[in-house]
Amino acid sequence: MGSAVITAVLTISVIALAAGLVLAFVSRRLPAATDAAVDRVNELLPQTQCAQCGFPGCRPYAEAIVNDGADINLCPPGGDATVQRLARLLGREAQPVAVASGSPAALAKIDESLCIGCTHCREVCPVDAIVGAQQLMHTVIASECTGCELCVERCPVDCIFMSEAA
Amino acid sequence: MADLILILISTVLVNNFVLVRFLGLCPFMGVSRNLEAAFGMSLATAFVLTLSSSVSYLIHQYLLLPLDLAYLRTISFILVIAACVQLTEIMVRRQSPLLHQVLGIYIPLIATNCAVLGVALLNIQQAENFVESLFYGLGASMGFALVLVLFAGIRGRLDAADVPLPFRGTAIAFVAAGIMSLAFLGFSGMARL
Repeated sequence: MGSAVITAVLTISVIALAAGLVLAFVSRRLPAATDAAVDRVNELLPQTQCAQCGFPGCRPYAEAIVNDGADINLCPPGGDATVQRLARLLGREAQPVAVASGSPAALAKIDESLCIGCTHCREVCPVDAIVGAQQLMHTVIASECTGCELCVERCPVDCIFMSEAA
Repeated sequence: MADLILILISTVLVNNFVLVRFLGLCPFMGVSRNLEAAFGMSLATAFVLTLSSSVSYLIHQYLLLPLDLAYLRTISFILVIAACVQLTEIMVRRQSPLLHQVLGIYIPLIATNCAVLGVALLNIQQAENFVESLFYGLGASMGFALVLVLFAGIRGRLDAADVPLPFRGTAIAFVAAGIMSLAFLGFSGMARL
């Protein structure tokens, strides 16, 4: 009786120990995860993941700023405030925001006669610039829209288009 | 070889863990709201499921059975699964921070997915050797992935459908899941395992 209990306890301990050793080994071997500098730059970015900077998202842009010395003024959604904060953090000179690609600040517009109220565009909008309820027509708040075009692709009836800012 | 293919067909379609055995319904309902999350979740679950079911098989066969400790299988399998989930988390975080951001909360949730424990426990009864147990886990995870991605697509359509008020949301999702389960019943009898 006593020995059976001891074997059971020992077996479980051995399994747990082996699992712990494997995890410790893996976490030592793999390269250090997060670059503290990249994290701090990433925190300052607006996390809209709009890719207007020319990088696939905010974190890749933060990595490019830290590792490859990319310009800090490529983020239109963040605006001048973000550039100022980045400049302060990195000790670089603040420049006015550059628009990376295409026309200056096109805004999303919804063709309201076609909208079916599926809420897909509302969910995908990183800055909550789309209002509307399920089964009801949606619309874009022009002053909030950053022109990231994320909603255009999501719309199942293609009723969103980009138009010049008024 | 034929045996292994039979195991795959049996676990993916005939005895699908979600729709036929009704295991793992929690991530099935929780993570099927959009296609990308469903896809990421099924990949992460596939990795954990395959790894944990084959490791569990080894532990059961070469540690618990010789020591006459078969009654410890549930607790030791849970230990193995937790370790596998942690391993996945470390690997995803280190190798691809972007994917880690997308999956985020879902990775620790795999540990509480009852399909993972269910596969590990059924595995030791049904698989006859290590390779078979590997394929059993692989098939189960492929079945889980298939159903999750299909269901995410269906829910995308449901968003745009005009559903009667009392059925909106999770209710209609469960109705759709029931119909899907009926469809999968059509495979029953195709393979016996």
